Amino acid sequence: MIKKESNSMILDAEAHPLDSYLRPGRIPHIWCSGCSLGSITTVVIEAIIESEIDPKNIAIVSGIGCTGRAAGYLNFDSFHTTHGRALPFAIGLGITDPNRKVIVISGDGDIASIGGNHLIHAARRNADITVFCVNNFQYGMTGGQVGPTSYIGQYQTTSPYGNIEEPFNLPALAASCGATYVSRWTALDVRRMKESFVEALLHKGFSFVEILGACPTTYGRRNQLRDGLTILENFKNRTILQHGIDPMKAQIQKDGPIIVGKFVEIQKPTLTDNLLRLHKMAKNVKPEL
Amino acid sequence: MSKKTEEIPDILTGEYFTTGNLAVAEGSLAAGCKYFGGYPITPSSEVAEHMAERLPQVGGHFVQFEDELASIASVLGASWGGWKSCTATSGPGYSLMVENIGLGVMMETPCVIVNVQRGGPSTGLPTLVGQQDVQQARWGSHGDYEIIALSPNSVQECFDLAIDAFNYAEKYRVPVTILMDETIGHMSERLVIPKRSQVKRLNRKKPSDKPGQQIHLPYEADKDLIPPMAVAGEGYRTITTGLTHDARGYPVINASAQKKIVKRLCNKILLNKNDIIKFEEYLLEDAEYVLISFGISSRAAKGAVNLARNKGIKAGLLRLITIWPFADEAIQEMAKKAKVIFVVEINNGQITREVQRAAAKQKADVYGILKLGGSIHTPAEILKEMEEKI
Ligand code: SF4
Repeated sequence: MIKKESNSMILDAEAHPLDSYLRPGRIPHIWCSGCSLGSITTVVIEAIIESEIDPKNIAIVSGIGCTGRAAGYLNFDSFHTTHGRALPFAIGLGITDPNRKVIVISGDGDIASIGGNHLIHAARRNADITVFCVNNFQYGMTGGQVGPTSYIGQYQTTSPYGNIEEPFNLPALAASCGATYVSRWTALDVRRMKESFVEALLHKGFSFVEILGACPTTYGRRNQLRDGLTILENFKNRTILQHGIDPMKAQIQKDGPIIVGKFVEIQKPTLTDNLLRLHKMAKNVKPEL
Repeated sequence: MSKKTEEIPDILTGEYFTTGNLAVAEGSLAAGCKYFGGYPITPSSEVAEHMAERLPQVGGHFVQFEDELASIASVLGASWGGWKSCTATSGPGYSLMVENIGLGVMMETPCVIVNVQRGGPSTGLPTLVGQQDVQQARWGSHGDYEIIALSPNSVQECFDLAIDAFNYAEKYRVPVTILMDETIGHMSERLVIPKRSQVKRLNRKKPSDKPGQQIHLPYEADKDLIPPMAVAGEGYRTITTGLTHDARGYPVINASAQKKIVKRLCNKILLNKNDIIKFEEYLLEDAEYVLISFGISSRAAKGAVNLARNKGIKAGLLRLITIWPFADEAIQEMAKKAKVIFVVEINNGQITREVQRAAAKQKADVYGILKLGGSIHTPAEILKEMEEKI
């Protein structure tokens, strides 16, 4: 249905072919110029189209933060929840219908800091959720505070002397907790990102994609990376594509290589599979009261 | 466990001798609950254990989460998936849930939270009774809102109020808390589960527009101030957020949108107080000395009324079944006639203060007969404190 709408819209010179996937009246978005979130959202839409998943079965869930605003712009059933809780909300939403494709789009602070406990457990239980986690290395929406993905020496408003703590390596974290599809891309790798998004969307179980995004406003300007393009250029110069590598070897450090690629793709029974298995087991057990 | 071949029904019609925790779980199932997301905590864990066994039998799901933050978030998610959903916890867990109970209020998400209260603050008395979370149930989440909380005082009522809680949640699109306590949760009494046909089940209103025809307005309320609820997968492309929003569900960050939504969220409850507020009256017609109580305390209070009557003291009991919204009007009327009102509760006067507010400027004086958790009143103790003020 959505496809038809977009085709007819192509005839309208004023319209963008992806307009029907955006909520009417919600554009312009709140994202800064030079931010990667706009192009990442475009890739999400293109991947959804390419996956041929019935739009009716798609639900977008996000938490709080710049990336978290994506749910409100996308024209699917969409849920903008509380800080950190997108994943458990998504689990509850997802298991009520095995045909539902729940996509969580949120930032590194939301998913890996305040929601970190839910990330490791959602991966452990192989919940049927696709996570697009945009890592901008710090807290953008609140004005650029240091975060658990900030590298050592990174300058943010709450690390005025440079960050002193090791950052999370998100693909390694997700993989070690049981995620059955794990990849990482920079916002510049649009083509590979889209291919990987489609794979992640069609994957059964917990798929986790980290996208390194450019945040010129609160990350770049404190770290000698003035604008979005400079950050992307910096990504480009540091990126090494290494499919299948142990994600433990993909830690990001200041000025070090950025290893991107697909690190994990395995099949395991999902949370929903296992819950439905219980229905059969419980059928003949007499309830006791 | 014995085996049998026929399908297990979702409602176990019959007579039982069981606990409040199991009764509230069975009541939830009878109300149509299909999802429970929870985390173990004393003294509520039996609710989760029973749901873990029962939900897969009725085609529902039970998931034990990593914490209470996740549990309540999953309950909201499942409700937006179209399933009646609940969780159960005790004080410390409820404290972790309150942020997302606020999200439930803002998103207008039907769901039920059982709080089997123990003594607090903090870890307090994990295995002993308390009624110290009654104000938390009202004000626990930040911001202004109205919410529904019910308090059973018997095993049978745990079952019955679970059904009411789900029905209110669905009807008013609001999280409903069942304020139990350790004693009610763990004591065993007779429970009669009615026939399925005798259980009244209410469901959330569905939108009247067809999906996909025009832009759906998920927060366009009807005259009753309650918007119909389009859940995920129905084709409405519904949208919801914890941000202040308009009828389209779009964020609007200004004072007038804020005023509009907060007023509606409050009024949809306040204008329906007559439907929501329930209480039980015992020997109140001629009562000069009125006890007000709820939950387990109300049973000791009833005993105290009987003791007082035997001594010729004209005592009566107003038992609050609905705690929130508060029964202001009933208490105000009571305070016009009675000489003294005593509030019997296991906390430092949380409902006493509420009664004093409702009874302000009326004839009756209001005193609390209070315990701070760990044990319940005896009727004789209550009578003794009454006599000191008579
Ligand atoms: S603060 Fe950074 S991440 Fe947020 S919208 Fe602006 S550029 Fe993007």
